[in-house]
Amino acid sequence: MSVYFPTMGLEIHAELLTKSKVFCTCSAEFGGSPNSRCCPVCSGLPGTLPVLNQKAVEYIIKAGYVMNCDISRFTKWDRKNYFYPDLPKAYQISQMPRPVCLSGKVNINVNGEDKVIRINRIHLEEDAGKLVHDDARHLSYADYNRCGIPLIEIVTEPDFHSADEVIAFVEKIKLLLQYAGICDCKMEQGSIRCDVNISIAPKGSTELGTRTELKNLNSLKAIAKAIEVEIDRQEELLENGERVIQQTRRFNEQLGETTAMRSKEDAHDYRYFPDPDIPPIIFTEEELEAIKNSIPELPEQRVERYVNEYGLKQSDADIIVGDKKICDFFDEAINEYNNPKAVSNYILGELMNRINRGEADMENLKFGGADFAKLVEFMQTDKISQANGKIILREMIENGGTAKDIADRDDLWIKEDNDLLAKVVDEIIANNPKPVEQYKSGDQKVFGFFMGQANKALKGAASPKAIQEYIRKKLSE
Amino acid sequence: MDIKKAKIRDLRKALDNKEISAPELCGEYFKKIDEKDGEVLSYITVTKDKALKDAENAQKLIDAGKATALTGIPLAIKDNICIDGVKTTCASKMLENFIPPYNATVIEKLNAEGYVLLGKTSMDEFAMGGSTQTSAFAKTRNPYDLERVPGGSSGGSAAAVAASLAPAALGSDTGGSIRQPSSFCGVTGIKPTYGRVSRYGLVAFASSLDQIGPICNDARDCAVMLNAICGHDRHDATSARVDTPDFTEKLGQPINGLKIALPKEFYAEGIDDTVKKCVLDAAHELEKQGATLVDCSMPSLKYAIPAYYLIACAEAASNLSRFDGIKYGYRGEGRTFEELIRDSRSKGFGEEVKRRILLGNYALSSGYYDAYYKKALALKQEIIRQYDKIFEQADVILTPTAPTPAYKIGEQDNDPVKMYQADICTVTVNIAKLPGISTTCGYTADKGLPIGMSIIGKRFDEQTILQVADAWENGFVPLDAKL
Repeated sequence: MSVYFPTMGLEIHAELLTKSKVFCTCSAEFGGSPNSRCCPVCSGLPGTLPVLNQKAVEYIIKAGYVMNCDISRFTKWDRKNYFYPDLPKAYQISQMPRPVCLSGKVNINVNGEDKVIRINRIHLEEDAGKLVHDDARHLSYADYNRCGIPLIEIVTEPDFHSADEVIAFVEKIKLLLQYAGICDCKMEQGSIRCDVNISIAPKGSTELGTRTELKNLNSLKAIAKAIEVEIDRQEELLENGERVIQQTRRFNEQLGETTAMRSKEDAHDYRYFPDPDIPPIIFTEEELEAIKNSIPELPEQRVERYVNEYGLKQSDADIIVGDKKICDFFDEAINEYNNPKAVSNYILGELMNRINRGEADMENLKFGGADFAKLVEFMQTDKISQANGKIILREMIENGGTAKDIADRDDLWIKEDNDLLAKVVDEIIANNPKPVEQYKSGDQKVFGFFMGQANKALKGAASPKAIQEYIRKKLSE
Repeated sequence: MDIKKAKIRDLRKALDNKEISAPELCGEYFKKIDEKDGEVLSYITVTKDKALKDAENAQKLIDAGKATALTGIPLAIKDNICIDGVKTTCASKMLENFIPPYNATVIEKLNAEGYVLLGKTSMDEFAMGGSTQTSAFAKTRNPYDLERVPGGSSGGSAAAVAASLAPAALGSDTGGSIRQPSSFCGVTGIKPTYGRVSRYGLVAFASSLDQIGPICNDARDCAVMLNAICGHDRHDATSARVDTPDFTEKLGQPINGLKIALPKEFYAEGIDDTVKKCVLDAAHELEKQGATLVDCSMPSLKYAIPAYYLIACAEAASNLSRFDGIKYGYRGEGRTFEELIRDSRSKGFGEEVKRRILLGNYALSSGYYDAYYKKALALKQEIIRQYDKIFEQADVILTPTAPTPAYKIGEQDNDPVKMYQADICTVTVNIAKLPGISTTCGYTADKGLPIGMSIIGKRFDEQTILQVADAWENGFVPLDAKL
């Protein structure tokens, strides 16, 4: 057991899902060929001026509400000055003393235990561009497409003491932002990014140790790993009687180690001052109320609805809500076929199986929740057998289409063919005298054997109910 | 047609009456530019080809009876206002070859009127200075005495109008850059209320102080120009959502009953006696026309220069950071980003610009912010408060525009503090976001150099200061420039 305990705080950057950039009308979409989504304003040409996107302001206020923050009635923007080739104005428009959101809190659950993480502030700023380096030719290219995409920076208090807590929090923030419609939270595309401030101190100490800041954490896995190796590194330093230096460190995922980027001594002096181009904003209570009321249903409310109104198990509801795509799919499905339990079972069973096996992904599903609901309904009402349902689902995943069309085309409907049923079951009973004996002597378990045989042979030509009744009747003769 | 000292309204009449065509008219100005600008050096770029095309289009509008106030009127534009496809240098080596891909909003508005661009006028580099001698390309001379400065930073625009190389021009004013050169060159220039004219496309010096305005032969022409360029702009969040009146409306109305305040600090030590006397004589002339003179005080004036230079330089340091040699403009040498940017900025900027960038960054540095920048903001609030107080008892304020008439080229080169002090009469107007107009009130007896006075108005009350300036000009006989 270590004699140290770690303390961490997070800075999370999330790109907002506005259509246009934060200070001009260029598209804020991800990607695009280099420098195809920029204009004189976001590429910082002389004479241009920023005009604040009101939608971005609305989104950060929503972010504030979903994280239980105080929303400032008066907010303003500042310039953060530093030179870098991906920053065409050589200053980032950000917020220093008067951010939109202050002092919030977010509940997380870590290994069954509830914990509150305090939010220090959330502010609105602009993203910078991207540099692409061609090492072979010793050239660097600047792509300004990302310049001016609205970002919120969420700064927490140093409330984390384990990587699990950090991961749980980041997952929670991702859900909150996705459900509020503020950010798509695609870590792999950088639409949400996380820096970790981390220090260790001897157990029982009331003072925090010297912290380092970890950057370049592109996945939850990277965050967990980086925290682990950085704690180890700091422990080793202290054990060897050395000091931790306050610095920014970059995590190298391949090598699984953190390396120093810059220390406090050469940290930038950003020379913040109020941006004279953007007038401060004063919000009225009515404006804030209207924005608050426009926030869609949040994850916790959805879980509540599923458990209390639909009677789903808490654990099932948690899984469904844990992925917004699945959750929206579920809501669409039960809107079509109001049998939440059956729909949830089939999503968590069959559909999740396929997803986990990599055969399907929610991102590129070729059918919607309503199509899926129809399939479940056909199975629940004995129009399609479970076995044929699986075949149809596979077809829908691979090629799309509706359950009805596929069943029509491939002749997969239950036909209630009583003659065929009698013929098949009679044959099974005749060919299996031993299990028949067992059943008659009171061994009910073998009933499943007869059902399985009959299902296999009938290929959905009769409903399970009809098969069951007929077998029972024959066996008791 | 004789274009000497021609007013916009005279040219309008001549164009509408077909006494001259628009192409012929701009041709007259180009002829004069060819003759005289070798001595005055007011233009950095002359746009003959573009002008001829623009003039032909304007003529079509005139022939179709669709002319508005500025259709076919040739104008000069200060070289820090972006024009699509026309070199915009800010008189700096840094932007020697910069061609903007977009128009400033004022240019869009002038285009809508069908104006004709004569060229881009010289200025102090990035509008930093009061002499136009920091220009990297054309160190403009005063048409009244070629050995003297035209003032600045809009010295090219003022000299061009004074020498009849343009009937009117646009300038920009951050701490007096329209009014002071207007006063040195014996023309009339107005800095509108902050927010009255869109700054979109004006290469920023100090964003909270910059304002575009016209420099013309008289207040009446200034009013015509203002009518064309004012109004809210969705590209500039600091442009005001106020109605644009007809600025010619109050011209010619009598000024009796108007209260004119004379803050004593503007007539104190540091102001040339000749200038003081000339402005006060004008005040008494206005009194004769029925105005009432009101004594008042602005105790904070003594802090105005440090407050102004701290705010202006802080903003400038940030605004000029984008010139790094990466995207456009002068590119130095270097293997790394750090080396490249250092070389580009060291060689691309002139001394005065570098001085102000250093001063601004110093004032914003951690540890100094509270001592300098924050104090400057507090002084700004105090200056605003004192103006508000004066305007409780007066309609306009009358001051000298500059402490001296035009001085000799080179005279102030080695003393930046003295040079900064020369802005004492104009900077508070920018700090308080007020409108101010400078018009000629007399000439020095010995050398015939123009002396200017400034009329300062309440926010968004350009109409009254235009009215007062016009009332003065109607009884005043200007002396022509020697050139």
